[in-house]
Amino acid sequence: MALVEQHGLDGSVRLSEATASDYLALLKPRVMSLVVFTAFVGIVAAPVHLNPVMVLTAILCIAVGAGASGALNMWYDADIDAVMTRTSKRPIPSGRVQPGEALAFGLVLSALSVMTLGIFVNWVAGALLAFTIFFYAVVYTMWLKRWTPQNIVIGGAAGSFPPMIGWAAATGSISLESVLLFLIIFLWTPPHFWALALFKSGDYERAGIPMMPNVAGETSTKRQIFAYALLVAVVGVLPWTFGFTGEVYGLAATALGLGFVWYAWKVLAMPEADRAMKPAKALFGYSLLYLFAIFAIYLGDSVVARMLGI
Amino acid sequence: MSAVAEKLETVKPTEAQLKARRSRNMAIAIALAAFVIIVYATSIVKLGSAVFERSF
Repeated sequence: MALVEQHGLDGSVRLSEATASDYLALLKPRVMSLVVFTAFVGIVAAPVHLNPVMVLTAILCIAVGAGASGALNMWYDADIDAVMTRTSKRPIPSGRVQPGEALAFGLVLSALSVMTLGIFVNWVAGALLAFTIFFYAVVYTMWLKRWTPQNIVIGGAAGSFPPMIGWAAATGSISLESVLLFLIIFLWTPPHFWALALFKSGDYERAGIPMMPNVAGETSTKRQIFAYALLVAVVGVLPWTFGFTGEVYGLAATALGLGFVWYAWKVLAMPEADRAMKPAKALFGYSLLYLFAIFAIYLGDSVVARMLGI
Repeated sequence: MSAVAEKLETVKPTEAQLKARRSRNMAIAIALAAFVIIVYATSIVKLGSAVFERSF
């Protein structure tokens, strides 16, 4: 990171005032917490016991890799981040970190996390992490986000890979069980982000991002949210249907899925004139709870099953 | 000496800039230390006692 960031018009030098927390903010720590949690579930649920040191290394690599893709996203999206209220205080638009520094930071951490995971854990997990970073930074950020309202549907794959990477870190392979964990997050992403986009549609419109509510309209978005909620509810139960988990998970996933459908139904029934959009905000909040809860129960189920030798 | 280097010699960092630099330096130190520990620990776990068996 360069000390001298830029020269003023008068030729003066400007020293950086970016602190470590600004660089931490580039890694999107809140997104990272979800990545760490789901990757951890993938590692622990896998049928292969991994040494705790290797678990910690794999989780760290996945977290840093996800953070690096976040930094690359912030580097590329600095122009649109500046005009959205939710993102205008991020380190680049606020001027604390220069775009070139964020780019270098993201690239170095990407390479370091992939190499470390590949060399010390296994190359299937390393390759999956590399693909995830590429998918988020290039396919989603540079291509889909500004081009199609299906941006977060396809781009959601990037956020769905962590449990699969965790599983691959433990087993060195991909299996139906890890694909189901991937699918739960993949199908959960559209209703989660479209609920946010409904009550933040002005923000996205100002930034020129083709989110579903500004392109297809609110009515169509609400219908699609409901359709995806139904899919999430069904896919959430599949690990139990396939016999990968016990009844407790099956019952909990059914209840959580029904809750998801209920909240999505409230959004569908929300009148066009309702600008407070409480049902959309409630669905956004519930969707976060849903994902944490379903993965926590999956984790608990696999730990208990292992302890009981099932 | 280049014009930039000449100017740098005369730059007096403000308290905020010094504080930010200290914060960045600490973060780099912690990250490097963590990386060294990870490399050491994973090497021991992967290779076990074989890590000390060298032919030289």
